[in-house]
Amino acid sequence: MRPETALILTIVLPLVGAVLVALTGRWPNLRETITLITGVALLAVVSTLVSPVLNGTATEVVLANTLPGLSIALSIEPLGLLFALVAAPLWIVTSVYAIGYMRGHNEQNQTRFFVAFAVAISSTMGVAFADNMFTLFLFYEALTISTYPLVTHAGTDKARRGGRVYLGILISTSILFQLLAIVWTYSVTGTLDFTQGGIFEESTPGWLIGVLYALFVFGIGKAALMPFHRWLPAAMVAPTPVSALLHAVAVVKAGVFTVLKVTVYLFGLDTIVSTGANDWLLYVAGATILLASLVAMTKDNLKARLAYSTVSQLGYIVLGALLATELGILGGSMHIATHAVGKITLFFAAGAIMVGAHKTEVSEFDGLGRRMPITFAAFTIGALSIVGLPPFAGLWSKWYLALATIEADRLLLLGVLIVSSLLNIAYLLVIPVRAFFLGTDDGSPGIKEAPRACLIAMGVTSAGCVILFFYPDFLYRLAGMVAG
Amino acid sequence: MEQLPALLIVVPLLGAPLAAMLPNGRLPWLLATAVSWIGLAIAVLLLMQVLDTGTISYAVGGWPPPWGIELRIDVLNAFVAFIVAGVGAIVMPFAGMSAAKEIGSRKQSLFYCLFLLVYTGLLGITVTGDIFNMFVFLEISSLSSYTLIALGRDRRALTAAYQYLIMGTIGATFFLIGVGLLYSLTGTLNIADLAARLPDVVATRTLHTAFAFIVAGVGLKLALYPVHLWLPNAYTYAPSVVSAFIAATATKVAVYVLLRVLFTVFGADYSFNHMPLAPILMGLSVIGIIATSITALNQVDAKRLLAYSSVAQIGYMVVGLTFITTAGVTAAVTHVFNHALMKGAMFLALGAVAYRVGSTRIRDIEGLGKAMPWTMSAFAIGGLSLIGVPLTAGFISKWYLILAVLERGWWWLALIVLATSLIAVMYVWKIVEAAWFRPLPERNAGVTEAPLGLLVPVWLLTAANIWFGIDTRWSVGIAARAAEMLLGVAP
Repeated sequence: MRPETALILTIVLPLVGAVLVALTGRWPNLRETITLITGVALLAVVSTLVSPVLNGTATEVVLANTLPGLSIALSIEPLGLLFALVAAPLWIVTSVYAIGYMRGHNEQNQTRFFVAFAVAISSTMGVAFADNMFTLFLFYEALTISTYPLVTHAGTDKARRGGRVYLGILISTSILFQLLAIVWTYSVTGTLDFTQGGIFEESTPGWLIGVLYALFVFGIGKAALMPFHRWLPAAMVAPTPVSALLHAVAVVKAGVFTVLKVTVYLFGLDTIVSTGANDWLLYVAGATILLASLVAMTKDNLKARLAYSTVSQLGYIVLGALLATELGILGGSMHIATHAVGKITLFFAAGAIMVGAHKTEVSEFDGLGRRMPITFAAFTIGALSIVGLPPFAGLWSKWYLALATIEADRLLLLGVLIVSSLLNIAYLLVIPVRAFFLGTDDGSPGIKEAPRACLIAMGVTSAGCVILFFYPDFLYRLAGMVAG
Repeated sequence: MEQLPALLIVVPLLGAPLAAMLPNGRLPWLLATAVSWIGLAIAVLLLMQVLDTGTISYAVGGWPPPWGIELRIDVLNAFVAFIVAGVGAIVMPFAGMSAAKEIGSRKQSLFYCLFLLVYTGLLGITVTGDIFNMFVFLEISSLSSYTLIALGRDRRALTAAYQYLIMGTIGATFFLIGVGLLYSLTGTLNIADLAARLPDVVATRTLHTAFAFIVAGVGLKLALYPVHLWLPNAYTYAPSVVSAFIAATATKVAVYVLLRVLFTVFGADYSFNHMPLAPILMGLSVIGIIATSITALNQVDAKRLLAYSSVAQIGYMVVGLTFITTAGVTAAVTHVFNHALMKGAMFLALGAVAYRVGSTRIRDIEGLGKAMPWTMSAFAIGGLSLIGVPLTAGFISKWYLILAVLERGWWWLALIVLATSLIAVMYVWKIVEAAWFRPLPERNAGVTEAPLGLLVPVWLLTAANIWFGIDTRWSVGIAARAAEMLLGVAP
């Protein structure tokens, strides 16, 4: 397959899937088969892009010329491929999980759910392969809107309130700051194409670079930098598979991905370092990492705790981008993948506990480990990976991020990373400990291991945590290409 | 072919009395639809001709200008005429079912007669090259729209029409006083001729007075904040088709008149350098954009909400033109076109709602997302365009407006424009939430999707919103040419 065709297919395939899912809504088994087939096909298509990227073949597809110098165009580059390669396989896994979860939970409107899911994945692919900031913004917004029905899936008042916060923060940051930054950038440089080394001329005043960069970093609300992080906990009213894929992988990673992309390809590392645009922002990221971890400790609701943990972990990636050094970009890019597999495992487990034991609060988990050993084993693996212990994937990205702070001579931030890792242990590992070692099995009925589909999904992602530890070469190579 | 400019006015003008003479029933509608389609065909041909060969001058009755009446068509007004005729051609088929239901069966022929008169008037204002003529057509369209609004089902339509009548008449009178003063100064009414003679009398107080009267008069017609108060009532209580047509065209034509008067008659130099107009218009518009956006947020009737939003949108257009830069005027003209598309689509969608539910109060829209999915999704897409979400026409307008603002380095204004888009998100979302997140109330249990006769026009405009959000070569291209012509730069 020609890479151009593959690029278009990454967007079109999930959309076609969405239409087919909508048409086959009446026959659930057929509908789910279509979701899975689409997922596998998408993964196959994305895989064909690997060798063109590694060979450095330039591939670009222009879909439409909207305004002079401003086109809707797709292209391949290492960071986008990395993101797509994280999202595509995890979509399949999540679909398997979602089928078990949605049926086990007897959720309403399942067809709408799977349709919106497919559209969201299509938008994610668009974000990953966008050739310029305009195209990226377009798919970024499409992702926000297409995930709204997923967040408010329950249709209750609580869901609607959550949805309002979700949409409110994401849309307002993107319109007020990001769009302003985009138009401003365009009016300064006359282009929005992602270019290695950035698009700003050397004569651009430093204050302008600083303002624009800050507008971008805060305007990309999906990166959940404080104080614009509230949407993420609010979005936890969504069914767990949504939280798992969208709020551990697709949506939040689209955010940090965009931050990385803007840093590397719009501004260029040298521009940022030489103008000092990143100076104060680094401390915002550092504060986000620490504060979010501290808030996570206070949350008894498991999903809320995971949400704040995500906010904190996203801070790592933003920090990596903001350091604007090769090591920082390398670590940040790798963390996209390693955090994704770890966090999705945790969310899967959270959902499994909800389906299997109907419990959502950490304080109720005492003794559950004996009834749901597989779920809690998976949870332990995910948690260890997030903390960054060997032999799990999370170690690598944290390793490079820590190296980056040392290289940049920012020891305070190194301290932040270390303290935060300790906090991770305190609020994540405590959960399986309680489940396995505290309390007694009171033999209450109705608590059983989650449906098999959920277990399979968890097994796959926890295996992913281990595999990425032993075979990080490919990831390292892609991330290294981004860093240059 | 060379009679086209005249035919654009003559065909609907003859159609109007003909419609009045036809018996009530389907016939007047068929006639009006046929006329509107012929009108569109003529407007398209004219636009193509202008784009191809440049300005067309047509001497009415063979009397050469400046003595006779001239119809003068350049890129700008050919574009506006196309907007009016295009919206007319889409709205007229919609009227068939909608008006039959909302307006008594005994008033059908009268209704289409009036409708064609408004249509004639708006096209007349657009194509004429004579400023007195402009006034005459302004009155034709205004008088007939007062009556059209009074045909609304709600009895408040009468007070709305009366309010509009008073305000509109004041506006028209001001305009006429200004025209009279200009005539006393120069002895001519031909716009091109006026433009040539006015520089000789720049220093006179009479000209200052004329300028003030004309701008104030047009401001009233334009519903410029704070003289916009007639508009929300008029849009709310008029029959659905009328709201859609007037919202999409009448204020756009008024914006055209403003552009024509400021840039062609008086000239940008006089309007903005001799007269302190830019800060006044800019200040009023910015306050207006903020104030009316917030007012829109508190409305309980969807039509009224859109009406307030229209006032805010007019503010964007006026802000654009006060920059007196190519980017700014391009933004204004582009928004004239795009706003016609989005408001047309949204008002028509509400017309379909009124057809099925009998009301456009937000309470009555509850649950319609499921009951009337096609109508409500068209409304939602129109709403996205109104907000300025990428891939819709509204985004393109916002983009150019912000570019124009940043060109000046006024980042605070850019922030205001973006912040008011956020308010738009909120008020559009209010309706979207009602439609999709509230259960269908008991009293609307039997509501079903609108008939195809209403859906097709709605979706034509909705599709246009998306099309012109992606492919802007045509719309922005023409707007840019019009802007360059008005500012006297390049071709």
